[in-house]
Amino acid sequence: MNPELGNFALALACCMAAGQAILPLIGASRRDARLMALAPALAVGQMIALITSFACLIHAAITNDFSVQNVAANSAVSKPLLYKITGVWGNHEGSVLLWAMILSICGGAVALFGRNLPSALQARVIAVLGGVAAGFELFCLTTSNPFARVWPAPMDGQGMNPLLQDPGLAFHPPILYTGYVGFAVPFAFAIAALIEGRVDAAWGRWVRPWAVAAWCFLTCGIAMGSWWSYYVLGWGGYWFWDPVENASLIPWLTGTALVHSAIVVEKREALKIWTVLLAIGTFSFSLSGTFLVRSGILNSVHAFANDPARGVFILGLLALVIGGSLLLFAIRAPQLTAGGLFAPVSREGLLVLNNILLCSICAVVLTGTMYPPFMSLLFGKTISVGKPFFDATTIPLAIPLMVFMGFGPMMPWKRAQMWPVLRRLWWAACVTALALVVATFQMREILPVLATATAVWVICSSIADIAERLRLFRQPLGQSWQRARSLPRAVFGAAMAHAGVGIVVLGIAGMSQAAHRIVEVHVGQSEMLAGDSWTLTDVKPAIGPNYTALVATIEVRHNGKLVTTLHPSKRNFASQHQTTTEVAIHTNLMADIYGVLGDKHGDDANPTYVLRLHYNPLAPWMWLGGLIMAFGGALSLSDRRVRVGAPRRAKTVDVVVVQ
Amino acid sequence: MSGQPSSPTRRRLLMAAPLVVAGGVGVGFWRMLSGMTRGSFDPHDIHAPALNRPVPDFALPDQAPGTGFSAADLRGLKAPVLVNYFASWCIPCVAEMPVLNALKDRLPIWGIAYKDKPEHALGFVQRAGNPYARIASDHDGLAAIDWGVSGVPETFLIGPGGIIRWHTASPITEAMITNTIMPLADSLKP
Repeated sequence: MNPELGNFALALACCMAAGQAILPLIGASRRDARLMALAPALAVGQMIALITSFACLIHAAITNDFSVQNVAANSAVSKPLLYKITGVWGNHEGSVLLWAMILSICGGAVALFGRNLPSALQARVIAVLGGVAAGFELFCLTTSNPFARVWPAPMDGQGMNPLLQDPGLAFHPPILYTGYVGFAVPFAFAIAALIEGRVDAAWGRWVRPWAVAAWCFLTCGIAMGSWWSYYVLGWGGYWFWDPVENASLIPWLTGTALVHSAIVVEKREALKIWTVLLAIGTFSFSLSGTFLVRSGILNSVHAFANDPARGVFILGLLALVIGGSLLLFAIRAPQLTAGGLFAPVSREGLLVLNNILLCSICAVVLTGTMYPPFMSLLFGKTISVGKPFFDATTIPLAIPLMVFMGFGPMMPWKRAQMWPVLRRLWWAACVTALALVVATFQMREILPVLATATAVWVICSSIADIAERLRLFRQPLGQSWQRARSLPRAVFGAAMAHAGVGIVVLGIAGMSQAAHRIVEVHVGQSEMLAGDSWTLTDVKPAIGPNYTALVATIEVRHNGKLVTTLHPSKRNFASQHQTTTEVAIHTNLMADIYGVLGDKHGDDANPTYVLRLHYNPLAPWMWLGGLIMAFGGALSLSDRRVRVGAPRRAKTVDVVVVQ
Repeated sequence: MSGQPSSPTRRRLLMAAPLVVAGGVGVGFWRMLSGMTRGSFDPHDIHAPALNRPVPDFALPDQAPGTGFSAADLRGLKAPVLVNYFASWCIPCVAEMPVLNALKDRLPIWGIAYKDKPEHALGFVQRAGNPYARIASDHDGLAAIDWGVSGVPETFLIGPGGIIRWHTASPITEAMITNTIMPLADSLKP
């Protein structure tokens, strides 16, 4: 377990990935079974090599091997063990290695769990994954090697950016990257299908579980990231439309569209070309987003090593992967046969609408993110595009999306009538109307009111969908229970994911009503916010493992009764000359009471402290909703129809759809 | 999607469109990167464009303890003036106040309180010393958008006729004054 072994394993993985990219492709085109059989073997070998390599880097970090430059720059003896491990991916080099490792695990998973795939398709999918992996491993080896040594080795490292020293952020990158990288599998399926020149229902069935799995991770990762910015940055907000945040939202939007359009391919053999393009697009956005942030082109508060030389390598890689796949798409897609006609009012019709709206939101987010650098390049004008633009463009598109979301799952395939669907949703519509009235009185601004009403609509219609399928209250409960047991889990999963979206939107609408104040107070002084009285009772110094801190005590009272005592603090990390604020949050799940300790003013005899006080209604719902969405996705993955019954090609497989 | 374009050529063109768009974007990225390596393109320098242009149109109310000013006041100038965006809630603004106080006798400084409550801004200049000859209040931060201000502190050197001659988005330091601001201001004096 030393850095040289890690470096060797990385180089070995790179060679295996190169072999994995080339040999199975030749095998698949010549129908050579032996060459095709190399694909799973090489994929598993590459996975083992990269896991070894990553383990070596973790080992170097744990054992304080400061002769490794990456460890010296990002770790320190005094750093807690957990952060020594998680710090491995808290920097550019380590995170690229993590990225490559996850990609190799995806390849390994296709090799191990994809045994029921036709061997030519499996070989091609693994080859495409190998090609992408080879590129990243080469990037890792040449421009950002995490195993580079420094001599003489320093006695102690420089330590980690204290902002990253947080459990939420420690586990956020692996989850988010699994989401990003996971979309490499649908991408590889799309490329393989283009090479074969065939997309059919079975293809849709293979792709969808991978897309759903990646989507679950990405959803979780985004929710965690937003939670982190909420409680670590201390600004009281959760989403700042920062380019780095947008870089994760863009593939999420196209990925969500992909998850839905793949259903249409699977069930109705329509939207094939579009689904292939979405699969290519989603992974392309994952790649370009995360890596453009590192190149320094996008201007962000998230500091990543900005190095144009790395940028050039990445851009070359993007040109190969994205350019190559789109070229293949341009050549082969016109030959794919389309099938499955349907009426505009049908489940397919609504899924098309869902795709159009999701992709429109994606387009405006993309425009807002890319506008500043391109304006600067083309016209030398510098502009920054901020929250008002994104709010004004995305919310009006999101509201109709949510409205249609309520109808979608109830619509029959192929051709539907509005009236029966509307009749089943009458009570959901009533509750929504009630919510609209209540929200109008509570909020007074049009967008939060509409958001609240549509969120309630989505949640109620998801419940209505399940209730309808179970014939709840229209027959004895025992029979409903029987129906519930025979209902595919995917149906519950979809309803849950939809309801999760509604809960997130309710959280966002609630946060739009948040109240906050910045006050400067003496110890003992009280301030009012949102009907609560906040009193700063004490400020004391404290000492942590690698920092010193100033801890405040704030008592929050409602009508004289103590609600909670908050202990926000400021930490000073001497080795980095950096100060972080530790937010104190008290939640009762309906609202967060959120306090931040700011600067100290005045002399030591009579100091005053700046406090930031926030009252954030429904804030926890955003992350809770995100988790519910991801859980819904996971639930539909556990559906036995996904696991059992390897889809077979050539013969049409009748998928039993329980409606 | 399900409705196919009729002719095969149209179909091909449509399928090639993503490649063309991605190619265009790729060329743009490549030019940005090569510009960054040469130093001719800096995406982090968000403020260069206002340089050597007249100040934007604005008219701002008074901020106690001074009087406010408008674009016309700056355009009518015969001698250079430093315009400093500040806020009471901004820490680097506190850091640059001693430097500004030392500078005010050599170069007039006009302040704009950015997204700040009037009473807070007043308290700030009372605590930190008031270097400003005139102070205006940009309470909702709308004038700041036209100036291209993205955060505080930001400082502009306005030459005669209200032309922006120099700009920084970081706190003013002694070195900046000696090396850049004063030589430039002296050269702009009639």
